[in-house]
Amino acid sequence: MFAIYRKEMRSYFINPIGYVYLGVFLVFSALLCCYTTLIAATYDTSTYFTYLIFTFVILIPILTMRLFAEERKLRTEQLLLTAPVTITGMVLGKYFAALTMYVGGILISCINFIPLYIIGAAESMGEDTALTHIGPVTGEIVGSVLALILLGAALIAVGTLISALTENQLSAAVITIGVIAAMVLLNVFNLLTDSDGQPIIASYAVRFVLDWVSVISRFSAFSQGIFDFSALLYYVSLAFIFLFLTVRVYEKRRWG
Amino acid sequence: MIKIEHLVKNYGSNCAVDDISFEVGEGEIVGFLGPNGAGKSTTMNILTGYLSSTSGKVTIDGIDILTDPIGAKRLIGYLPEQPPLYLDMTVEEYLNFNYELKGCRLDRARHLGEICDTVKIRDVYRKVIRTLSKGYRQRVGIAQALIGNPKVIIFDEPTVGLDPKQIIEIRNLIRGLGKAHTVILSTHILQEVQAVCDRIVIINKGKIVANEKTENISSAVDRSRRFNAKICGPQKEVLAMLRGMPGISYAEALAERDGEAYTYMVESEYGVDIRKKLFFDLAARGWALIGLEALGMSLEDIFITVVDQSEERPSKAARPVRRSRGQEKNTLEREVGATLLEDAKKQRAEAALHQTEDDE
Repeated sequence: MFAIYRKEMRSYFINPIGYVYLGVFLVFSALLCCYTTLIAATYDTSTYFTYLIFTFVILIPILTMRLFAEERKLRTEQLLLTAPVTITGMVLGKYFAALTMYVGGILISCINFIPLYIIGAAESMGEDTALTHIGPVTGEIVGSVLALILLGAALIAVGTLISALTENQLSAAVITIGVIAAMVLLNVFNLLTDSDGQPIIASYAVRFVLDWVSVISRFSAFSQGIFDFSALLYYVSLAFIFLFLTVRVYEKRRWG
Repeated sequence: MIKIEHLVKNYGSNCAVDDISFEVGEGEIVGFLGPNGAGKSTTMNILTGYLSSTSGKVTIDGIDILTDPIGAKRLIGYLPEQPPLYLDMTVEEYLNFNYELKGCRLDRARHLGEICDTVKIRDVYRKVIRTLSKGYRQRVGIAQALIGNPKVIIFDEPTVGLDPKQIIEIRNLIRGLGKAHTVILSTHILQEVQAVCDRIVIINKGKIVANEKTENISSAVDRSRRFNAKICGPQKEVLAMLRGMPGISYAEALAERDGEAYTYMVESEYGVDIRKKLFFDLAARGWALIGLEALGMSLEDIFITVVDQSEERPSKAARPVRRSRGQEKNTLEREVGATLLEDAKKQRAEAALHQTEDDE
């Protein structure tokens, strides 16, 4: 497993893909941070994180598309599957490599908050900070970053499964974008209202299900700085299910 | 060392491997010979744990590949038909990755160094695999199979697409490996197994047709039945005489002319050596035989002769149903003939190639 993890990490940086991912993500997140906080003249980072989720709809497939699709195309999976490594070990090695890139990118992007803290510190100079807090709320930021990482862990597992099902990187990427976008956007329908202010989806049950399925609806508690254990469990189980399915795909192919 | 018992593999309703059983002893080099699509690669993929069998049992050094796949895979080095190379890595990175992947515990620098010397890839050690030629890529693939000093090494068509010089080098390499390892090698080229292997297992349509020591097969093969004869004389009359000669089952004039001599393809009946008779009969008519060249045997011929021979000595060879001799030959001929026509041609090309190799 560690050999495969190291190989995947190396291949992110032998190929341009790792640099493209980090470069695009860091530039984009910096711009987003500028527009949603500095230019909007607010310390509230919730808009920033919401937009960030949407950028990951495009960026996560870049990380996951080649994981298995490329191996299948080049027939190198034969090497991995005949080596003394379990299929689970192989899948986890690849998954954690993608996750490392993802978490690494997010952690580096935390430098975006430095200007907020500097400005916050300058503004609160001479004010009585015991009464009013001026500047970004650290709890909210930490909570949102944590939630983002959990969300990504689930979405990367989805991308991993799709990569295992396809032989072509590009189709893996496109399908992953579609599936992730659906997962993220499902509960948008709940917010739509007609001219009388009534929700378009009248049935409460349907709205409840859409809300439950949507990966984004669990985000809110974290972004208020509250540790939501049920959301943690939700994201981790989602990741587990998709990774389990990936292992099954490979088991099944052996027996095919 | 390797024991295969009643191995069956179905792809849907299509049966790729049909009840195969054989054993490979320690230190033996076994050639797995058969036309394309005979089930060679499928069998090898099952041996290495890449595919699962529909039924049957495979044990490597006593370890069942199904119940303890990791343990069994540790004993095997495998070079698939298409070498599994990461084109964007250097040879060094690739071998190190394999070293880690196989959980090898030998002294890394020394072990990799030895392997590089064995397969002669030291001079490309720091190059990116994408830039290497086919021959070097194949060697890197072989190097990969050798990492960890596995007891069993399996090569699937190791010389396909290489030039004659490279083929000879790879064959020598494999022969050298046979001293310390058990080797299975698949190919559709007879000369290859003859040159390298101790024993030959011939497989066709998922069944084992023959399982013999190389000497036995070679002696069968030496009795070639086809000749190219260069004869000086009027073409039509010579051809008529050849066709009328007892012992000759087929004769044909080829579009080749050397002065007053024409070339004819002559095929003798089974077990008849027509060469002497041909010479004297032609001499009696005043036509000179100025060239006689035995043609290589096609896989088709080999199957037939091998099965014929094992009938004379009813022993190890696996035959499905016992029929009368003529019937057996006919059905086999029909069965094998269709699938092998392509290979027969390749085989002849290969034989011609060999001629040039030997000249070198």
